[in-house]
Amino acid sequence: MSETKVVDARNTFCPGPLMELISFMKRADVGDQMELLSTDDGSANDVPQWIAKVGHEMISNEKIDDVWHIVVKKVK
Amino acid sequence: MKILFVGGGMGGTIVANNVARRLAREVREGKVEITMLSATDQHWYQPGLLYVAFGKMGMNDIVREQASLLEPGIQFFVDPVEEFELAQNKVRTKGGVVHDYDMLVIATGCEAVYDEVPGLAEASETPYTREGATRMFKRLRDFEGGKVAVVVGVPHKCPIAPIEITFMLHEFFEKRGIRDKVELKYTYPIARIHNIENIATWAVPEFERMEVDYETFFNMKEVDVENRIVHSEEGTEKEFDLLVAVPPHRGMKVIEDNNLGDGGWIPTDRYSLQMEGHDNVYVLGDTSNLPISKTGSTAHFQSEVIGENIASIFRTGFATREYDGKVYCFIEADQDRATNACFNYIDPPEIRAPTKSMHMLKMSYNQWYWSSARGLL
Repeated sequence: MSETKVVDARNTFCPGPLMELISFMKRADVGDQMELLSTDDGSANDVPQWIAKVGHEMISNEKIDDVWHIVVKKVK
Repeated sequence: MKILFVGGGMGGTIVANNVARRLAREVREGKVEITMLSATDQHWYQPGLLYVAFGKMGMNDIVREQASLLEPGIQFFVDPVEEFELAQNKVRTKGGVVHDYDMLVIATGCEAVYDEVPGLAEASETPYTREGATRMFKRLRDFEGGKVAVVVGVPHKCPIAPIEITFMLHEFFEKRGIRDKVELKYTYPIARIHNIENIATWAVPEFERMEVDYETFFNMKEVDVENRIVHSEEGTEKEFDLLVAVPPHRGMKVIEDNNLGDGGWIPTDRYSLQMEGHDNVYVLGDTSNLPISKTGSTAHFQSEVIGENIASIFRTGFATREYDGKVYCFIEADQDRATNACFNYIDPPEIRAPTKSMHMLKMSYNQWYWSSARGLL
């Protein structure tokens, strides 16, 4: 069973949340879910945009107490 | 107390020297034993490879004998670790030697890996390896014109390198008098041309001035070597006559083989720099899983924290410092100018206009580095 892996990219500027997510996705198995934690407001747009371009799945995208919780799934 | 340092690169050397200097009396009195294990007897100044690739430095300028950089009192062995037995506080080396320790610092770094992108090794040039830097200079020197594409793998060390490489390519071809025959195309994995927003904002007008085409959201998938086309995960492609790659990286195989971290990236506390679940193990530099820049300066600032804490723990029983995420990067521009980026976990970098004096500072640091490695700067 796939588990949700947390990528904590809060308070980081370099390489930044989306780059961290891309790194993680490369090592993940198909079916894995990842939850990206980010304090960068740009992530709320950049991550869904990239997920759509490469064909993975957006699960959820919400801001809780100044932190974006973005859950995605590797589908291929 | 036995303190073991695994890895003799930039971070490992600086922190070992830092600790050896702080505990010099205790080492002389036999109360502290400091050991370093490395896979090589040579110490390479990796940022220098960029200058080698553009013909600005020679290979001899960026290498020293490792032993020549170490403080007295450090027992140094060229005998890399093959097995980590953290539960028993010991490691086993390739030579079959078992070293036990009271405190362990892992600074094994990371390496470029090409197997993730089919065709990349055969088709590209890179300043990221010693062989690559030498070969890249020859290709640049002999290039007569055409499409030059810059591609960037994830993750990679030296995050500013893609921008610097592009600036330096522009200048190199200008000085050769063939810039008008070169189409320079830059690609980057995310939605802007650099992951640090202030750097991207500064660099876009520079790219436009230099007539550099750029495409964002470009993650290498594979390279068609025969037809000279690099394909992206996003479904786009770039033709090239010369492909310059920032290859993807992974932590060293020994880390993954010993189940210390997925992908060779060791889970690390971002403030104490302790390995998660192991209070007597510190992780330094590129091999950590921290979401921060993989750079020499990161390792340098982390070294200062770990060095102080190890000495403090020995003398008082507790640590005194935390790492605040500090990173400092020079950024080579063109026309013998440079700027810099300094940031931490809280404060983003502010990018100032490039100056000749900052470039001179970087050129000077290329020589001062050897004092940094000794833990003196």
